[in-house]
Amino acid sequence: MAEVSPTELDPEVWVDEHGDALYSYALSRLNNPASAEDVVQETLLAALKSGKSFSGRSSARTWLIGILRHKIVDLIRKESREQPHEEIETAESPEEEFFDRKGRWGIKPVEWQVNPGKILEQKEFMAVLFQCMEHLPDRLHRLFVLRELEDQDSDFVCKELGITPTNLWVMLHRARMRLRGCLTENWFGANE
Amino acid sequence: MRTCKEISKLVSESLDRELPLRERMAMRLHLMMCSLCRTYSHQMRQLRSVLKKASDVETPTEQTLSEEARLRIKQALKKEE
Ligand SMILES: [Zn+2]
Repeated sequence: MAEVSPTELDPEVWVDEHGDALYSYALSRLNNPASAEDVVQETLLAALKSGKSFSGRSSARTWLIGILRHKIVDLIRKESREQPHEEIETAESPEEEFFDRKGRWGIKPVEWQVNPGKILEQKEFMAVLFQCMEHLPDRLHRLFVLRELEDQDSDFVCKELGITPTNLWVMLHRARMRLRGCLTENWFGANE
Repeated sequence: MRTCKEISKLVSESLDRELPLRERMAMRLHLMMCSLCRTYSHQMRQLRSVLKKASDVETPTEQTLSEEARLRIKQALKKEE
């Protein structure tokens, strides 16, 4: 605790220094400004209570994001419990768009001409990627975030969201189909 | 012979669990013969890798807290102090 300076423990400074970053992170996972604001507040409260402090801004940021991630997973779990899950709605299925009645490709996949490692350096690509995710229906969005962005395994997601593995696989497939379509349309296709 | 629609589902599923042998063989066989599903399968892997990297980015997009939210959070924190 040697390098504590008074400003670092000042909550006002915390909000100014990290608020926007935490909010951006939360919004990208929760798709809902009010929920995102709530978890940012909870995160900073938890941080404050822990009494921990940091000499550097970036280590503080990483630590705060760590707390935030737990809060986000908790909130997603809570939200999905509050919204009772019905049968998988066919409205969530993008498959009809891509396949004909015989199960053959209607809209044929075209190779993406990019190195996925490189495109991430482009801010514009990130914006499109997150926008495409935003357009997923709520239920798909929640489980997709848990599985792909928060890297939770299938068992965990099934348990937390109260769904069967078969449903999970179907819904992840739908989410991926939608994202693939959205990225093709708004990034890879548009860049040709 | 399974359809491309069925195979596309197996390809996605293989990202979430180890497929049973039968399904795995059916998928491999189909992918050997069908370039469209091969492209799709490649894109699924690209998508996974892009998401993996995106998940590590601390500020994925630049958003700002509204003034009201900022104030509200500051007040909540002060109460705790
Ligand atoms: Zn095929």
